Amino acid sequence: MKQIYLDHAATSPMHPEVAEVFSQALGTVYGNPSSIHGTGRVARKALDEARRIFAGSINANDPEIVFTSGGTEADNFAIFGTAAKKAGKHIITSTIEHHAVLHACEKLESEGYDVTYLPVDENGSVQAEDVKNALRDDTILVTIMLGNNEVGTVQPIAEIGELLKDTDVVFHTDAVQAYGVLPIDVEALHVDLLSVSAHKLNGPKGIGFLYQRKGTQLAPLLYGGEQERKRRAGTENVPAIMAFAKAVQISLETMDQKQTAYQGYKEIFKNILREEGVEFKENGTNQMPHVLNLSLPGIEIESFLVNLDLAGISASSGSACTAGSIDPSHVLVAMYGERAEELRNSIRFSFGIGLSEEQITEAAQKTAQISKRLALK
Amino acid sequence: MTAKAPQDTRVVVGMSGGVDSSVAAYLLKEQGYDVIGIFMKNWDDTDENGVCTATDDYEDVIRVCNQIGIPYYAVNFEKQYWDKVFTYFLEEYKAGRTPNPDVMCNKEIKFKAFLEHALSLGADYLATGHYAQVAHAENGETKMLRGKDNNKDQTYFLNQLNQDQLSKVMFPIGHMEKKRVREIALEAGLATATKKDSTGICFIGERNFKEFLGQYLPAQPGSMETLDGVKKGSHDGLMYYTIGQRQGLGIGGAGDPWFVIGKDLDKNILYVGQNINHDALFSDSLSAVNLSFTSDTAPTGTLKCTAKFRYRQADVGVTVDFKGDEAIVTFDEPVRAITPGQAVVFYDGKECLGGGTIDRVFKNGARLEYVG
Repeated sequence: MKQIYLDHAATSPMHPEVAEVFSQALGTVYGNPSSIHGTGRVARKALDEARRIFAGSINANDPEIVFTSGGTEADNFAIFGTAAKKAGKHIITSTIEHHAVLHACEKLESEGYDVTYLPVDENGSVQAEDVKNALRDDTILVTIMLGNNEVGTVQPIAEIGELLKDTDVVFHTDAVQAYGVLPIDVEALHVDLLSVSAHKLNGPKGIGFLYQRKGTQLAPLLYGGEQERKRRAGTENVPAIMAFAKAVQISLETMDQKQTAYQGYKEIFKNILREEGVEFKENGTNQMPHVLNLSLPGIEIESFLVNLDLAGISASSGSACTAGSIDPSHVLVAMYGERAEELRNSIRFSFGIGLSEEQITEAAQKTAQISKRLALK
Repeated sequence: MTAKAPQDTRVVVGMSGGVDSSVAAYLLKEQGYDVIGIFMKNWDDTDENGVCTATDDYEDVIRVCNQIGIPYYAVNFEKQYWDKVFTYFLEEYKAGRTPNPDVMCNKEIKFKAFLEHALSLGADYLATGHYAQVAHAENGETKMLRGKDNNKDQTYFLNQLNQDQLSKVMFPIGHMEKKRVREIALEAGLATATKKDSTGICFIGERNFKEFLGQYLPAQPGSMETLDGVKKGSHDGLMYYTIGQRQGLGIGGAGDPWFVIGKDLDKNILYVGQNINHDALFSDSLSAVNLSFTSDTAPTGTLKCTAKFRYRQADVGVTVDFKGDEAIVTFDEPVRAITPGQAVVFYDGKECLGGGTIDRVFKNGARLEYVG
């Protein structure tokens, strides 16, 4: 059975042109960018060109881009790197962050830091006012995500940035889910640190970067060679970085048409559910165009997701526990409380390249069928 | 339903990560069925590092399912298990009885909540790695037969299954010896081929039973005495002991070993007696409640059959008199250490007819009040 992949927010297929750059580079660009010979210089040149593309994509300067192994490392680097450099023990974050941020903050908490976890409203949005009220003299870091990966809510980052821009507080945003889907300008957002990962926008897995505003101090996570101006030791993964750069170029060029297409997919999906008489509610508002999180009253998510998979549709919900069963989403808990029925009946569809309106239509029809069948029980 | 070809028949296999359910899934796949492997998580055993120990078992399920080439999923029944099995388990211990959570788990979770889950996935059948067999009689009824491996037969734990449940169940390894199951796993190179069988009550696992129970029920230490009132020591709490138990009494000295022969809940006394065949351990009849039969037509009046009073015990000839919701089971010969809370399961030759929970125990027409 042909799969309809509607889980692009979990990870995305590599764009064919990206794969082409990647496989070409694997065979040819094998030099170490730090080497002083010609082979090394070829790699160094590719690295610099890629860095320029990343910097340009978010209105930053080249030296402000630090390559990492992905979004998790970028988030950890931002949080632990700031904590190690700044005096002060208070950090502000939100209850709906990705675990790469939440668990890093919890680790610091266990080491004596004070962490404020800001609540969100029913739409999954943090209030800038709450950030302001939570600020203390010893606050060193505010870390709030740009676009939520589960419900797609876009957070008021520019507003919070405005609030923090004249303070000593470091402002980090996890932009892993928003990068490539929404335009990002670090100057307009007033962020000091911003995390990004390649595999969410049709690049390879295992590569990402942290934007580090000039003047923002970070202690490195890794010690070793002097790569990335001593900020991130380890020989750069040049082919992956080159492929990542290609993915970013394509994302920027196609952003408008993707936004239009994905908004269209959402409407098609919801219209079919309405036509089929399936009751639903959209979780979150002000959403990123590629995330559609629906609550379907009457269904049990564990059975629903398996049914969808058996029908050839890949979607997701919450996060799987290591023993495979589904733990309630901490994002939905933050939005609706621990006893809300949305925890048991919500599902995330996320869109990306390679989809067609026909596939969306088919997926929505199957979703409607399964939903009606399960709701009868 | 039976007319469907295997490739059109969807079978959900309950997979524990053990060799039996691995081979059950493997055999069904070989027979051409549309097989789905599902791991059940019934107990939250997340340790202090946030790691759930079910992870290792699920990892095995993943490896085996990928080897076989079937999709795999997990489902969480922690809440149902707590409400239906664990709560009952604690209540029974509080009442001084020795419950059988596996019987309850099969009745309420595996062949109820899990069966419903399987049906919601479009399954025609639910299969498990139990050592039991189903046979379809001419009248359309499904009968439950003992597993071929007499040493492994698990019908004792399945005694509460009814006709509706049995009609949707497959036991793919029930016609095999355990040894053969291992061989098949080895021949197929399944990742669980040499995995050790799990023992004990599933949610307790390898942990110390006393410690575990003590976390949930307050233990009241008391006196350990003979029926004549001779003090032989002290006990740690009546719930920790079961009728006929020898281990852990701590009574030294010469002569025959000592055994638990009864409990007085009101006085909090544990009665002990010397000799494995102490007279007080023997009874000649019992009353059973929570009766359930595999057939839709439950027996009435008087029934001559055989019965088991605990797992892996040899059958005993019995006469069963049904009286309303209760049955009086009279043994052909006295039986040792009948334990209230355990199951009494009825057999007609190879067929398991059903069973109930042992409630009270009698000898010479009088209730053994310290037993049950």
